Amino acid sequence: MTLTLTNIAKTFPGGVKALLPTDLEIAKGEIVSLLGPSGCGKSTLLRMIAGLETPDAGAKIVFDGEDVTRQSVETRKIGMVFQSYALFPNMSVRGNIGYGLKMQKLPKSEIEARVNEVMTLCRLDGYADRAITALSGGQRQRVALARAMAPRPRVLLLDEPLSALDAALRSQLRDELALLLRQFGITAIFVTHDQNEAMAIADRVAVMSQGAVAQIGTPEALYRNPSTGFVARFVGDAMPLEGRVEGDQLHLPGGSLRLPGPAANSEVLVRAEDIRIDPQGPVTARVETVTFLGTHYRIALSGASDTLLIALHSGLSAPSPGETVHLSIAPEALLILPKGVAA
Amino acid sequence: MGQRQFLMLCLLPLAVFTLAFLAIPLGRLILASGESDAGWAIYLKIIQTPRYVSTLVQTVVVSLAVTAAALAISTTAGLFLVRNRFVGRNTLLSILTLPLAFPGVVVGFMIILLGGRQGLVNQLLPGHWVFAYSITGLFLGYLYFSIPRVLLTVMAAAEKIDPALEEAAQTLGAPPHRILIDVLLPALSPALIAAGAIAFATAMGAFGTAFTLATDIDVLPMVIYTEFTLSANIAMASALSVILGLVTWAMLLIARSFSGGTVAAGG
Amino acid sequence: MMKSVTKSIPLIVTLLACAFLLIPIIQSVLAGLTVNYFRGLSSGLTLKWVARVLELYSGSILLSIWIALVCLVVTLILGVPAAYALARNPGRASRVLEEFISLPLAIPGLALALALLQLYGTLQGFRTSWTFILVGHVLYTLPFMVRSVLSVLAAIDLKVLEEGAASLGAGPARRFFDIVVPNALPGILAGALTVVTLSIGEFNLTWMLHTPYLKTLPVGLADSYASMRLEVASAYTLVFFVMIVPLLMAMQWASARAQRIMQ
Repeated sequence: MTLTLTNIAKTFPGGVKALLPTDLEIAKGEIVSLLGPSGCGKSTLLRMIAGLETPDAGAKIVFDGEDVTRQSVETRKIGMVFQSYALFPNMSVRGNIGYGLKMQKLPKSEIEARVNEVMTLCRLDGYADRAITALSGGQRQRVALARAMAPRPRVLLLDEPLSALDAALRSQLRDELALLLRQFGITAIFVTHDQNEAMAIADRVAVMSQGAVAQIGTPEALYRNPSTGFVARFVGDAMPLEGRVEGDQLHLPGGSLRLPGPAANSEVLVRAEDIRIDPQGPVTARVETVTFLGTHYRIALSGASDTLLIALHSGLSAPSPGETVHLSIAPEALLILPKGVAA
Repeated sequence: MGQRQFLMLCLLPLAVFTLAFLAIPLGRLILASGESDAGWAIYLKIIQTPRYVSTLVQTVVVSLAVTAAALAISTTAGLFLVRNRFVGRNTLLSILTLPLAFPGVVVGFMIILLGGRQGLVNQLLPGHWVFAYSITGLFLGYLYFSIPRVLLTVMAAAEKIDPALEEAAQTLGAPPHRILIDVLLPALSPALIAAGAIAFATAMGAFGTAFTLATDIDVLPMVIYTEFTLSANIAMASALSVILGLVTWAMLLIARSFSGGTVAAGG
Repeated sequence: MMKSVTKSIPLIVTLLACAFLLIPIIQSVLAGLTVNYFRGLSSGLTLKWVARVLELYSGSILLSIWIALVCLVVTLILGVPAAYALARNPGRASRVLEEFISLPLAIPGLALALALLQLYGTLQGFRTSWTFILVGHVLYTLPFMVRSVLSVLAAIDLKVLEEGAASLGAGPARRFFDIVVPNALPGILAGALTVVTLSIGEFNLTWMLHTPYLKTLPVGLADSYASMRLEVASAYTLVFFVMIVPLLMAMQWASARAQRIMQ
């Protein structure tokens, strides 16, 4: 289902602008992530697509050519997975999954068949008659997904689907979720504050901040070509290099770096994996801490810039805390982005 | 229909019922109090009539005495039961909370059985002491239904006290009675105030007990009753009811602001 | 020595309080079953007083049961949907409404009865009907039903559950019956038992509202205390105990259960 959102905004009573006027287009079968810190408006946007919040006047929400802006949530034929799953405690797993089908007034036999089909897909066979309270976190998440999918909705909306799980389970289920969504072939929009989740599952990611979409694009595009300092920081944890720009040189407290282009009135950022420990490097820094992470070392450096820099260093050994090292950064790896508001 | 309309529909039956049988009658009661020859000055008249003032004072005094006694007894018993598990504890607890469901008349009867002419005390004590029909009997009757109420409130709060507080006091060398005064009672004070307010309000408004114990005891509910049924003095009965209602309502408001909890039933 | 005395004071107080509460109950039970109260147990046990009570007061007892059951039905219909509406709108207005319907708990039954008599006392058909007493009982027990259901609903995340059901196509009425009521059952049960227990024992309101043809159990009790011999009064009290004690225990069990679910 193609989704077109035009001029969607939300102002809460009291004047709080949760979402500034936004346009969004999502293609059939596409998985889009709304990524951002809390308070950026992503959940509000999702809920308006669902019909759980009403947008400000002038908005238009179109599902496959049908204007659903005025329709209530019950009739929009969307599937939603809530952050807390919202499983009905008074029904078994089967009861929960079949509820949407019951609302569609399908014959009993068909409900049973569909429920079984979707349970197999979500690896819930055998759990049909369990009580909700007897399920683990991961099982609940799958039941919530199965319940949303069983009525074959036009679009699947997920509100922080993995945040209720503990870290270990999260990365395992992240891959499963990605696989399931592709298998269903359904148009999906999910909200998250975790960039790894967004990058792993989505076709396109919309990075949001303070009620507006800062940038939308594929994970690679966002990573390699962030359009604002916020996006660079949020996706890939870029760090600012604070210094004086003179021509094509950036003068840092610890030394000077060559810039790839003009950088007046811009800020310069760099990612941890692009900082190299190089005996011939132009910038000096002092090693504060060294953390061994298996595949590489994570080294915190002070003195090169006003703030602490993190470098990722692979190799068999690393410098020790207290040592002075030299750093180099390839000019192409420097991100020069417009200096602006925190967004 | 939309969510909004459905919720309105859900409230409608209750709203209609409350309007017809609570709001309007109460309004009528307040109006009725002003319908005698004295008009609204009837309230002043009450304060100026010694009989009513002494009744009011007597009711307040009895209620205060009962509240104090019930607090003392139930706090002691409550703390004891919360912190000690032993065989028969649950039985004791059941016995102590049983009178919650007794109407005032039954409580009155209980007092008669204990202290009436054919009562237990009269038969056991050589002095032949009949107390049921005196102020002592009334006091004991009110105490009978107040103990369970206060007990429940106090126990609920006592269960929530962090045992670590007491243990900390012990490590600092405090003897049991100091722990009681310095740690336990302060921790319980909101619950004690709430329970006290509830006990006071219930005692002020209790009717059945005084009715059964009949006699010359003058408490406000009985005066209201006689003004209405015997003297047909509707305006006076209404005015006294309004005063009584205001006092008990104010007390319970205080109780709730200190505990936010449940109100025990009966009287 | 001092220590063991102070240690045992709470126990003594507890036991004395229990004795104070329990002894007359035992007296009453015994008196109702003894042939002659004055001669005590030596005169033998009998059920004749209980039989006499059933003969004299079965009408009152049945009326009380009837009113309690109807009261239950009425409070369910008035109270459960209202509690739902209040749970979905946890604002100022809701708290004021909840306060207002709780007035019958705060003001004495006497005052309430007076108010009702003032307004409806002249409506002959209504005044002499059992429904008049029913109204008083509903006024008194409704806040308990509403609060009991409301506290359970407030403890579950009702809004999200409803949104979940709505996203699956359930309209407001469907959600009420499929989601709200089943999840409120512990509160409904506790409320129901409370309503029935309180209704059977209600006196203050009922005494003012009753007529000679409409006597409930507690009204009958007051009668018997005033005019019957001690054995009969005790036997009647015994009948009351037999009815009320199991109800009270069930009510406390159900309330504790609802509390646990809320945690």
